[in-house]
Amino acid sequence: MMPLTPMPTEPLVEMRGLKTHFHTDDGVVKAVEGVDLDIYPNRTLCVLGESGCGKSIMARSIMRIVDAPGRIVEGSIQYRSAEGSIVDLAKVRHGSRQLRQIRGQDIAMIFQEPMSSLGPIQKIGQQIAETISLHRDVSRKEAKEIAIEMLDKVGIPRPRERFESYPFELSGGMRQRAMIAMALSCQPRLLIADEPTTALDVTTQAQILDLIAELKEEFEMGVMLITHDLGVVAQVAEDVAVMYMGKVVEKGDVYSIFERPQHPYTRALLESVPKIGGEKRDRLPAIRGMVPHPLARPTGCTFRTRCDHFMPGICDVNEPAMVDIGDSQAACFLHLEKTHD
Amino acid sequence: MTEPVIEVRGLNKHFNIGGGFFSKPNDVVRAVDNISFDVMRGESFGIVGESGSGKTTLGRCMMQIIKPSSGSVKFHGTDLVGADQKTLRQIWQAIRMVFQDPQSSLNPRLRVIDLIGQSISKAEGLKGAALADRVSELLTKVGLRPEFLHRYPNAFSGGQRQRLGIARALATNPEVIIADEAVSALDVSIQAQTLNLLKDLQEQYALTYIFVAHDLAVVEHFCDRIAVMYLGQIVELSTTTDLFQNPKHPYTRALLEAVPIPDPRARKPRRLKGEAIPIVASKGCRFSPRCPHATDMCRETVPTTRKIDGADVLCHYAGDI
Repeated sequence: MMPLTPMPTEPLVEMRGLKTHFHTDDGVVKAVEGVDLDIYPNRTLCVLGESGCGKSIMARSIMRIVDAPGRIVEGSIQYRSAEGSIVDLAKVRHGSRQLRQIRGQDIAMIFQEPMSSLGPIQKIGQQIAETISLHRDVSRKEAKEIAIEMLDKVGIPRPRERFESYPFELSGGMRQRAMIAMALSCQPRLLIADEPTTALDVTTQAQILDLIAELKEEFEMGVMLITHDLGVVAQVAEDVAVMYMGKVVEKGDVYSIFERPQHPYTRALLESVPKIGGEKRDRLPAIRGMVPHPLARPTGCTFRTRCDHFMPGICDVNEPAMVDIGDSQAACFLHLEKTHD
Repeated sequence: MTEPVIEVRGLNKHFNIGGGFFSKPNDVVRAVDNISFDVMRGESFGIVGESGSGKTTLGRCMMQIIKPSSGSVKFHGTDLVGADQKTLRQIWQAIRMVFQDPQSSLNPRLRVIDLIGQSISKAEGLKGAALADRVSELLTKVGLRPEFLHRYPNAFSGGQRQRLGIARALATNPEVIIADEAVSALDVSIQAQTLNLLKDLQEQYALTYIFVAHDLAVVEHFCDRIAVMYLGQIVELSTTTDLFQNPKHPYTRALLEAVPIPDPRARKPRRLKGEAIPIVASKGCRFSPRCPHATDMCRETVPTTRKIDGADVLCHYAGDI
């Protein structure tokens, strides 16, 4: 068992009541609907959920790269800079110098598909060196040396030769590493990783996850890792947030979430995956139905349509608030009942 | 004892790479390299491996979608390799495929009734109301509502599309279904539903599955026997229980170690270094450049498959390490 990193006092990012909506011709898609989350330095927060639950849009909101017609309609994203000043990323103007400086330098993001952040017709070394020159006060020669050092650090063999490679000359795993090298070249204080290993093989995935964990320790970086793979969460997370239909339904430290899941959705997710070496079951306890259409959000608790503990007259009337249960928090009326008793 | 439905013997598929129009190819990728195995009636036979291991090419070579370079694939004794179109068409009714990406394997311009009905009307000559009845029946079997008959595939979610793919495979009353990464693109809850559906259908229709996947936890849950592939070869073939409790090939072990376990108390250091490179010198064992146990013998001599405690293992030292 790995020791828990002691909780630092001040979070890097505090999201409060964050809402990102998409105004479409058919109606308003509430992709992120009131998220409160903190990201701490030198800790990994894993955001877990099925596709369409809003985890990527939430991450993109922090970076302010939500595509139109989506926009942040409410809430705040307080970012604490290295000097201690606080910037509300939700309010910073698009294209402003302040935003460009924070993005890339303070906060970096990596994606599932490395080709979405690597240009196809420029050598990878140049792309990394360019990022370094943009954000750090170094000569071109120094930038090149730092880039080669980064390529070496992320485990790319023969980094000096690879500096001259084009992205198409690298395998998927190597490209992913090159993208990570670029993201980390300015020593960001926060790394947002959106499904960084989903397209990779398990052996490569293990190498990339190790790499992120090592660099996190080395630079005391905060990491927000978005994934739907429970195995990955269990292996790398300190904190976990489970999202469903744009909301965080449960959050807590990794042991609480895996050992004492409180929300029926978290429990159902944990049960529905086959586990290696687990007891042999003929059928998997699947969650029935599917995630409702984003334009047809159920009233009250959004999970009630698939929940085995649905209480008519309660769950479909009001939205459950987050309540403390032991070391974690969950938004479910089953627990609200208990706290009232 | 059940008899084999499919017998694969010495199957090869080599791709030439490099070289120009007039020049000789520079190299050969052995995507499927001398593979032999049997699939028994009613079992779920898993094929696992990482990308580039040749598992998909193997499935397609068995179906003759890709013509193998040599070897034989027998279905109830009839060899598919070199069979004429008429025979192949018949066998394609009995062996069906379900693909990973239902988005690209379902024609977006066809309504559900045509997508699924096509092969029924070809095979049985059903038309009109009789055909609609059959398709509705199939939809119900895979858990879709019969009202969906006249919809286009884009009106369905990913999980529902995969059910359509399964319904289409079932349309010709097949004996064998080759599922190529059929649940890989699905969310966990939908994945569990789909796996349950496949199990139910197997019980109902005595289906035999060849289940190609990279997710080891899913394969362990679903399959009776498993073949592990590495760079075109089967490095280990064993029963599921044996493979997971007592893996014998160093690659199988590395693969099992790399799988993240959904239990935070089971964190572990693991580490298989390097990557699988498809073009390797014909000398020695293909896994030897990454193998922690490799010796000079491994780098020099090609190993042959050996039987160790009931498992087929392609390693010089299996059983000793």
